[in-house]
Amino acid sequence: MKVTLFITCLVDQLCPNVGVSVVEVLRRAGCEVVFDERQTCCGQPAFNTGYRNEAQKFAKRFIEIFEESEAEAIVSPSSSCTAMVKHFHELFPDDENWRERAEKIAGKTHEFSGFLINSLKIETVGASFKGRVTWHDACHGLRELNLRDEPRSLLKNVKNAEFVEMPNADVCCGFGGTFSVKFPEISAAILDNKIEAIENSNVSAVVSGDASCLMQIGGRLSRLGSKVKPMHIAEILASQD
Amino acid sequence: MKMAHLTSETFDQNARGTLQNVQLRGALRKLAATFGERRRTVLATSEDWESWREQARQIKDETLVHLDSYLEQFAENAENAGAQIHWARDGKEACAIVLNLINEQSASKVVKSKSMATEEIHLNTALEAAGINPIETDLGEWIIQLAGETPSHIVVPAIHKTKNQIADLFVEKVGIELTEDVDVLTRTARKILRSKFAEAEIGISGVNFGVAETGTILILENEGNVRLTTSLPKTHIAVMGIEKVIPKFADLDVFLKLLPRSGTGQRLTTYQSLITGTKRNSGDEGPEEVHIILMDNGRSKMLAHPVTRQSLACIRCGACLNACPVYQTVGGHAYGSVYPGPIGAVITPQLIGFGKAKQLPYASSLCGACREVCPVKIDIPELLLHLRAEITEGTANGTERRKSAKRNFGERLAFSFYSFAWSSPTLYKLGTKMARLIQRPLLKNGRIGKVSGFLARLAPPLGAWTAWRDAPAIAPQSFREKWRDELKAKGKS
Repeated sequence: MKVTLFITCLVDQLCPNVGVSVVEVLRRAGCEVVFDERQTCCGQPAFNTGYRNEAQKFAKRFIEIFEESEAEAIVSPSSSCTAMVKHFHELFPDDENWRERAEKIAGKTHEFSGFLINSLKIETVGASFKGRVTWHDACHGLRELNLRDEPRSLLKNVKNAEFVEMPNADVCCGFGGTFSVKFPEISAAILDNKIEAIENSNVSAVVSGDASCLMQIGGRLSRLGSKVKPMHIAEILASQD
Repeated sequence: MKMAHLTSETFDQNARGTLQNVQLRGALRKLAATFGERRRTVLATSEDWESWREQARQIKDETLVHLDSYLEQFAENAENAGAQIHWARDGKEACAIVLNLINEQSASKVVKSKSMATEEIHLNTALEAAGINPIETDLGEWIIQLAGETPSHIVVPAIHKTKNQIADLFVEKVGIELTEDVDVLTRTARKILRSKFAEAEIGISGVNFGVAETGTILILENEGNVRLTTSLPKTHIAVMGIEKVIPKFADLDVFLKLLPRSGTGQRLTTYQSLITGTKRNSGDEGPEEVHIILMDNGRSKMLAHPVTRQSLACIRCGACLNACPVYQTVGGHAYGSVYPGPIGAVITPQLIGFGKAKQLPYASSLCGACREVCPVKIDIPELLLHLRAEITEGTANGTERRKSAKRNFGERLAFSFYSFAWSSPTLYKLGTKMARLIQRPLLKNGRIGKVSGFLARLAPPLGAWTAWRDAPAIAPQSFREKWRDELKAKGKS
């Protein structure tokens, strides 16, 4: 299957290895992978902060670029950015043409772990990783894209890895986009509950499907000098230790 | 710490106060765990949960679209049953009607059962200003009335108070000897409240549902104080938000399944009082006069747009509060509103205006836990986003332009610049390169640690982020650079 990447600005600039891992896993799964270098950001920060005009500009740009692709699927290593694409149509309340185009693009856009399981019907990708791992549900993956079992079953199939479910894995890490800097104290207090659950799980890595959650969780783990490594699910699946 | 007079305007400061309060944070964590667990337990054996939610939402949607005619039908049928209907445009009018009714009867002894609508309009304050001291008869409400505070949760109003604090309060205000024996404390409250009921001339209540078909009001409770408030005094005054009306008596069925399960994890509350007008015959029990005040107070404005209209489907169960990580962290008082938590963050700005509550729609990480638990499927994140757009742009999806909050020029400028620069791959790439240079002096082990002082003032988000969290560095080679250098070619080999 031909797949075009929606890599997201966070992955592009802050954790490019996540993107490299995505490419590797998709190729291992037999996909032809392409990447359109004109892409930048989906506009989620603007949409979530209330700047709809700005968000609309990003949405139009995104739709135009990805409409040109011949690929059957648009795959992204971020559940919140994928969810944003699914929200694009809301930005065109009075424009049926753009709304239809937005819905068409949304229908082709998939989050990485969901794509592997639900579109490619692949449960195992030949990964191996030595260590105990746990999963943090990114809110948008869980509650907008309904991905609960998909990432877990992929993790359980990683050779040599021991998967443990941590308490309140489905509770928010406190990131919330601009929320994290508008109300940093509240964001950090919510985050500390997550950190406590991670540390008590005695894992070597906490895995998630959104670079933004990993930035939040990883930023605190790093500040506290923790040994737990924040990892994107693509990184674990690409790993062949 | 006294928290009675916090306002929505200072949400961030109020929240900081809660974060320092270890005792309160413990109580909130316990609340979330206990109520979450109770709800999950009862839902585990409610197989039809999803279809009930769907059905309830359909009833609410249908009612709200034709609210005017259902209200008229309700008023007519309630009057036919002997109740008197009063219409109040806002809280001030509603309070004036209540006060007038009390004065007409030359009454002074007033009991009240728990009601969010009367909290919303600060009825007690209005009555006290006129020399009437209404007695709250719900145990939690009575406790916070004694303490001179406001509710911090819409179902469990005194959740912020510990057993020790309540014991001390009883010593100070009731004059009993110090005891932490819950039985003794509740028995004391019961004894005092029974005497208040016995002498009460007026009983004031809220309303959970008003049935248009019959003019009946339904009130749910667990303590029996609503039953006494609405049946012992000669006069019963019910304050009812106009969104509480539902079309048919049979519609109560689904709401009676949803509300107790969502609110307290019960299959059914201990009491359900169905009140249709006054007592029929002189020998019967029940009030001689029943007054129902149908109150708008900002609600009809929410009807105008399909997105904001959802706010009126709320049945005040409190499930979204219990599920919300922000509510669990900052508590109810921080919201500075009688309606806290996710639903409070959407209702409050619509009731009191953006100017006074513009922080509230932003006081959410948009995690969606509220939407997941809502028994009437209100898409609270959608509403929050809608209100945020109204705040920044004055209107959203063609809503009538509201008197907007003061613009945040710095933020607007930042978003305009971001949308301009990042719409161009060239500028985007240039930005990445510049950021790599700028971050250089800040990097330590490949990460950015705490940024403070001048730099934090120059870039407030960076200061706010790094106060608690290290920030990741812009990678030496971006994904697109890696793609061009090696990845692209590998795919072709």
